[in-house]
Amino acid sequence: MEAVVFIFSLLDCCALIFLSVYFIITLSDLECDYINARSCCSKLNKWVIPEMIGHSIVTVLMLVSLHWFIFLLNLPVVTWNIYRFIMVPSGNMGVFDPTEIHNRGQLKSHMKEAMIKLGFHLLCFFMYLYSMILALIND
Amino acid sequence: VADSLAYPGRQNAPPPRSSPVMSTVLPGAPSPRAPPAGKHPREPVALGVPLPGLPPQKGMQYGDCVNNQASSAPTPLSSASDDEEEEEDEEAGVDSSSTTSSASPVPNSYDALEGGGYPDVHSSSASSPAPDHAPEPDPAPAAPLSAKVMAKPFGHGYPTLQPGYQTTAAPPSAGTFAQYPQQHPGVNQLSSALGGLSLQSSPQPESLRPINLTQERDVLPATPVWAPVPNLNLDLRKLNCSPDSFRCTLTSIPQTQALLNKAKLPLGLLLHPFRDLTQLPVITSNTIVRCRSCRTYINPFVSFIDQRRWKCNLCYRVNDVPEEFMYNPLTRSYGEPHKRPEVQNSTVEFIASSDYMLRPPQPAVYLFVLDVSHNAMEAGYLAVLCQSLLENLDKLPGDSRTRIGFMTFDSTIHFYNLQEGFSQPQMLIVSDIDDVFLPTPDGLLVNLYESRELIKVLLNALPNMFTSTRETHSALGPALQAAFKLMSPTGGRVSVFQTQLPSLGAGLLQSREDPNQRSSTKVVQHLGPATDFYKKLALDCSGQQTAVDLFLLSSQYSDLSSLACMSRYSAGCIYYYPSFHCTHNPSQMEKLQKDLKRYLTRKIGFEAVMRIRCTKGLSMHTFHGNFFVRSTDLLSLANINPDAGFAVQLSIEESLTDTSLVCFQTALLYTSSKGERRIRVHTLCLPVVSSLAEVHAGADVQAAICLLANMAVDRSISSSLSDARDALVNAVVDSLSAYGSTVSNLRHSGLMAPASLKLFPLYVLALLKQKAFRTGTSTRLDDRVYAMCQIKSQPLVHLMRMIHPNLHRIDRLTDEGAIHVNDRVVPQPPLQKLSAEKLTREGAFLMDCGSVFYIWIGKDCDSNFIEDVLGFPNFASIPQKMTHLPELDTLASERTRSFLTWLQDSRPLSPVLHVVKDESPAKMEFFQHLVEDRTEAAFSYYEFLLHVQQQISK
Repeated sequence: MEAVVFIFSLLDCCALIFLSVYFIITLSDLECDYINARSCCSKLNKWVIPEMIGHSIVTVLMLVSLHWFIFLLNLPVVTWNIYRFIMVPSGNMGVFDPTEIHNRGQLKSHMKEAMIKLGFHLLCFFMYLYSMILALIND
Repeated sequence: VADSLAYPGRQNAPPPRSSPVMSTVLPGAPSPRAPPAGKHPREPVALGVPLPGLPPQKGMQYGDCVNNQASSAPTPLSSASDDEEEEEDEEAGVDSSSTTSSASPVPNSYDALEGGGYPDVHSSSASSPAPDHAPEPDPAPAAPLSAKVMAKPFGHGYPTLQPGYQTTAAPPSAGTFAQYPQQHPGVNQLSSALGGLSLQSSPQPESLRPINLTQERDVLPATPVWAPVPNLNLDLRKLNCSPDSFRCTLTSIPQTQALLNKAKLPLGLLLHPFRDLTQLPVITSNTIVRCRSCRTYINPFVSFIDQRRWKCNLCYRVNDVPEEFMYNPLTRSYGEPHKRPEVQNSTVEFIASSDYMLRPPQPAVYLFVLDVSHNAMEAGYLAVLCQSLLENLDKLPGDSRTRIGFMTFDSTIHFYNLQEGFSQPQMLIVSDIDDVFLPTPDGLLVNLYESRELIKVLLNALPNMFTSTRETHSALGPALQAAFKLMSPTGGRVSVFQTQLPSLGAGLLQSREDPNQRSSTKVVQHLGPATDFYKKLALDCSGQQTAVDLFLLSSQYSDLSSLACMSRYSAGCIYYYPSFHCTHNPSQMEKLQKDLKRYLTRKIGFEAVMRIRCTKGLSMHTFHGNFFVRSTDLLSLANINPDAGFAVQLSIEESLTDTSLVCFQTALLYTSSKGERRIRVHTLCLPVVSSLAEVHAGADVQAAICLLANMAVDRSISSSLSDARDALVNAVVDSLSAYGSTVSNLRHSGLMAPASLKLFPLYVLALLKQKAFRTGTSTRLDDRVYAMCQIKSQPLVHLMRMIHPNLHRIDRLTDEGAIHVNDRVVPQPPLQKLSAEKLTREGAFLMDCGSVFYIWIGKDCDSNFIEDVLGFPNFASIPQKMTHLPELDTLASERTRSFLTWLQDSRPLSPVLHVVKDESPAKMEFFQHLVEDRTEAAFSYYEFLLHVQQQISK
């Protein structure tokens, strides 16, 4: 049972890693003027909710399977994701707004955020991998 | 203009002022306007004093340039190919600086005359009559030498460089003297008496003179405040861009970000790129010379390394001079690239070739979307609009391809088929507002000239068509969607007239204003848009080169903050007429008439993009204005109009220690209403300084205030109004305490400020009392949001007038210091500070708030004035609502009117005049502009100073 939980988490984590890489690539495309702000933001906004759900599922799964440490590790990041989504002003077109992304260094902060998330998910990936192997051996 | 080179002369030659009129100082009379700092490039002092340390010999300059090139080792830059793909229409695949295109298609351009090989160049150009070439009006000092250069086109001697190429600026000490003497009226006479000695021994420039603000009673000068002049040598200063078009908050750029942080002053640019200009060199040329790596246009501040190569002043790359550029059409000589108009003027306009087009230039297309609900009919704006349109139909900018269309809407959308051949306009009604479609593929946007009669019939009929309507709903969103569909094939301008909250279909809005919260001092909510519908629509429109201009004429809350998005992101403009009614509110109606006249007839540019470039090391990070930032530094402007202003915030990414000058260049590429693709280029050059004192000396307080206002608007929308207010106060506290720490030896008990920043606290206080940022005073949400929109989109001159109006006493006008404008004598009454203490009961005062003029008449005002100027026997008989001055045949009346007309002529929108009697209820409107006085909710100027001082000492 334990192994199944971690195999699922591992797959989910892979998806999140890919998503982070996608965010970074798209944002750097915008930085280099390969795409315009409008298409960049509509691409990214599409994936904000899937990312949030994907991450929440793992976190909840960890809580249910009583892995406290991993749950607490994930909690701040999930909270941040949800907070960011809820706090979008009513007039904006999503977390990424094409009219504001070039203002006040928003692009840089989005980039930084995506980088941090990538690092976090990589860390989680190895943690799940280790736990999975451990669980398989114990079985 | 058919001329290949309409080059009427150097742009800086007349003293530039905001008004297009040419004015001269009345001889004999001591004019208070004469000495404003550096507005006049020809300062007697600066010219008279031999500047120590300036490279005196022409031969030295050549060395300078080479040296400079060697010292500021250009780092290898990545190839330009990567940005060319995405640069879209501005840059589309041009590689002009490297290519010398042959075969000129433009018969009128000098390139056609130039022909092929060089040996012919002279004979052909000299012998050709070339009637369209304006004769060179200002031969530069080096003119005698040019004859020799002409003789040998390949001359390697290159005897003279244009004086402006001394990229190494004069030593700071010398330059500082040259710059600032004029701000001290007394220095003028003094210096002439002492022959310059006084200047050299003076310890510091005038703009650094410490002023104790708490003791100085009159900080406001008697004459209008001019932009400070950058501390450059005289030749560069003469070439520099006019401050009316291009201004920087710091005219001396700090070397590093650390120094900028220490100065605590905002760094940014204020732009008015499409300003109406009286003189503009227009250049037709096959190759527009640009830097190969950063795509900068050649400008007066580049350096010519030799005759064949020039060094870009933004990225320091060395470029080749194309063959064509060697020929100077003005002097008709060969081999003088530095005498070309591009290199002699910092503001030029190029006629662009097809390289700069993604599609053939679009025609001028105008669509009017009109609210005809019951509410709109009540207000009665339609008659005014139709009348105005009928009058100005011929003056609409455009050519034979101009197209026009009309749509009206209430709960349904009405289209008008004006196809040529119909005897009557055909009205088509679409009632399916959930899924809007165009009822007919063509005939809705018609050629103005072919269907002129039908259009006139429609305009005459429209005001009466809906008079009995009972429809109260407004389906603005669907109407806009339909307008977008109609415009998307061509692009153009959509003018939306709306009178209430949109209540049907997509984009419907709810009332969010709580009237009880209007004077709240705590939180002001709902400054941001309620829905993203209008933003999305604006971005769609912007993508299809369509701009939406909003005219909001409403008596109730209409959620301007949401509606304004449609104009803000599509580069449109916003007009707001609160409580508009055609009979109950005649002054608003008059304002609408005047605004419409200007709106319909002013210049317009279509499918425009604007790019701002700056010297390597600086970077731009936040843009303010109405546009969409398409990529990092490319502003997409579906339309550009002469009344649009922009602001940009800058940061210093890399240290600027290896350069002494930085340049900024704005390039605005647009399609004129005649279907020509044009590029207007402005270049500004500023010195780099390394000490805090020099940064303070070069601060431009007006520009700083306008930039701060823009930043505060952003802050109040993204965070909260109180945050924005705190930030404004902190801006004063920080910058003055930063200054205080540098002059600690001079510490008095008072609040010290350098002379350049002495108006800073006053302007910030004025900003805090602005409708946009005030708290505690009852302010309708829409009024507040409109003030914010204006701050974001107005150019500096208008914005300054709005923030801090000018007050003049006009009951005792004299010809002292008057100026002559077009054979009229215009008196110049001194500025008064904005305080009730200046309003004597015996006087009459004129307040110039930019878009409104108030004339306040004191209770005991001289009855001669009332009779001579207002045409009434005494104070009691002056009516409550008076909006015009009668044309009376008295000297006083003539003077007053001439002053008033002069003020009105200096701005695009002619303001509405209100005559306010002391004791009339309308006087509140007038008194709220007296920013130095205390109100129940805000500090007086003196209290504010004490507050700032207290904050500093904390």
